[in-house]
Amino acid sequence: METLLDFLTLSDPNVRYVVLGNVLLSSSAAMVGAFILLQKKALIGDAVSHAVLPGICAAFLFSGSKNIGFMLSGAFVTGWLALLAIDYITAHSKVKKDAAIGLVLSVFFGVGMVMMTYIQQSGNAAQSGLDHFLFGKAATLVGTDLLIFSILAVVLLVVVGLFFKSFTLVAFDRPYAQALGYPVRKLDLLLTSLTVLAVVTGITAVGVVLMAAMLITPAAAARYWTNNIRRMVWLAVGFGAFAGLAGAYISYAAPAMPTGPWMVVVSSAIAFFSFFFAPTKGIVPKMYTQHKNQRIIAEENTLKRFYHLGERNSHFLGLRNADELFAKDELNASSSSSRAALKRLATKKLVVSDGQQWRLTDIGWQKATRIVRLHRLWELYLTKYMNIAADHVHDDAETIEHIITPELERELEHQLGYPDKDPHNTEIPKI
Amino acid sequence: MIVHTQEPILEVHDLMVTYGRKPVLWGVDFTLPSGCIAGIVGPNGAGKSTLLKTIMGLITPSSGYIKLFDRSLDEVRSQVSYVPQRESVDWDFPVSVLDVVLMGRYGKVGLLRNTGPRDRDIAMDCLDKVGMSAYTKRQISQLSGGQQQRVFLARALAQEADLYFMDEPFAGVDAATEQTIIALLREMASAGKTIVVVHHDLQSARAYFDWIVLLNMHLVAAGPTNEVFTEETIQQAYGGRLNLLSQVGDVMEKRAFPSRER
Repeated sequence: METLLDFLTLSDPNVRYVVLGNVLLSSSAAMVGAFILLQKKALIGDAVSHAVLPGICAAFLFSGSKNIGFMLSGAFVTGWLALLAIDYITAHSKVKKDAAIGLVLSVFFGVGMVMMTYIQQSGNAAQSGLDHFLFGKAATLVGTDLLIFSILAVVLLVVVGLFFKSFTLVAFDRPYAQALGYPVRKLDLLLTSLTVLAVVTGITAVGVVLMAAMLITPAAAARYWTNNIRRMVWLAVGFGAFAGLAGAYISYAAPAMPTGPWMVVVSSAIAFFSFFFAPTKGIVPKMYTQHKNQRIIAEENTLKRFYHLGERNSHFLGLRNADELFAKDELNASSSSSRAALKRLATKKLVVSDGQQWRLTDIGWQKATRIVRLHRLWELYLTKYMNIAADHVHDDAETIEHIITPELERELEHQLGYPDKDPHNTEIPKI
Repeated sequence: MIVHTQEPILEVHDLMVTYGRKPVLWGVDFTLPSGCIAGIVGPNGAGKSTLLKTIMGLITPSSGYIKLFDRSLDEVRSQVSYVPQRESVDWDFPVSVLDVVLMGRYGKVGLLRNTGPRDRDIAMDCLDKVGMSAYTKRQISQLSGGQQQRVFLARALAQEADLYFMDEPFAGVDAATEQTIIALLREMASAGKTIVVVHHDLQSARAYFDWIVLLNMHLVAAGPTNEVFTEETIQQAYGGRLNLLSQVGDVMEKRAFPSRER
């Protein structure tokens, strides 16, 4: 608890720097990532982040020190080379884009690993800590380095903000952007440069292996919550910032923990939560809607059952026992769900029970009549307008009867000329 | 039969377009007068959309040139508007109807500036013209095909251009939308705008267009509808007597032969 308090009050200047750096880099990566996601270039981000490793190693070999300026330049160069290689392979060979991305990613990363192993075996004292670039360590963010990263992050945020409109246009409708005279190729170039820059900004804290996740995951999660691109980008920035903060805290509380993987774990958790629980698009709300529909169907089918039983002797409000109501073949539902539906109908005061038997209330009878009516109207519509044989229309009407709105009902009635009989020559009841 | 016009608003000169090495348009050469509703008509794979994309500078021709208002496209871009095929975009994109229509103003406001209240008014006005003003805030994935087409049309209108190129605006739309669109095009033409429409339905072509460009990889006919849109030219375009032409194209592709000697 004390560490959390220490952390949150930012009393330690070191912590302050680390937190600030982390939040800036993860939120700027998320902002760029939102447009990469919308342009359907997520894999490219992955390739770039892996491809910066040989650049970092080459810079170290060249300068013999962990000078951050050299490292960043090296990373930028190989990140860019990887993008060019992907474009070249796609344009000039039979290899398709996904394969080209995979190829470039593994070749660049492989070369990077070979170089890193070589450096580590070389016994150069300055090399210790170079492996932090693989998985990241926020604690290594100090002093002037931090300043550089913060400036880069702010540059990213500002540039993406400036070109927000143009990036949106290109992502949505590329030919149209071109027809308007927008410099589409240059905008592509800008976005890919920003991608490389975002990756480079993140490598010390997150590491090259996982940087792609920090680009894409917050944006993918944000897409679940909104259909408004501005809100989506801000949400992505928020998710990214939170992941950055959480990652910094965990590696502060437990210094043995690498920051990058924890940031990725946190942002993945946000993403998973979004996939499952985001309103309307999440899996759980979707399942809930399905469940609700099933309950409505069961209830209405039970009401209909009362009506059909009543139709036999024109005594609609008579008491019915369980055997009559739950004759399985007719209801197409298990008796337990029918019993549950009956209970719900009782609480809605659509049926009443004397303990053993049930009967419809007046409102229940009206509702039951309406469902039967819609069923038969729809059957008639199918035979009359869609030329479906009368013995083929029942199953379709079984579904449609539950969803027809009063407006559609009026329209249906009007088009059919206010009919009295359905295709099976049974009466269409009126309320 | 090719009827040329004096002082054309669009001049397509000896255009040849290839995909890779394979020619898809051969020596297309025609002109359009201003203030007309012109239909580019032809069978599937005739190169109608390709022609439009080439005019809009989205495809570079292998030879020939195009002039709009007697100038190159770059000089007159603000006077030219383009409606791509509806299926060419991802309609699940997180923007609203108004956002899409405002894109029509992006050419005017430039790369960095944002659209202002005036642009908003114009966009609303254009939505009203296509009968979509009730859907301003609607997310675009919730639109029907006909509504999507209307939104695209409103976006093009928002450009306030003089020359409009539309790629299959009548494809897959309901009858009401088709009537709205054609009424709107006629209104625009009577206000002096020129509209070029890629269209594949022969029946309605005669009624909709006063100028026809009949295409099937090469130019079959171009001119006023009642002069050039005859039984004979339609038969020529749709009759499938072009086997030789496409065979030659196949050979060029196979041997990686250039479409011009140098």
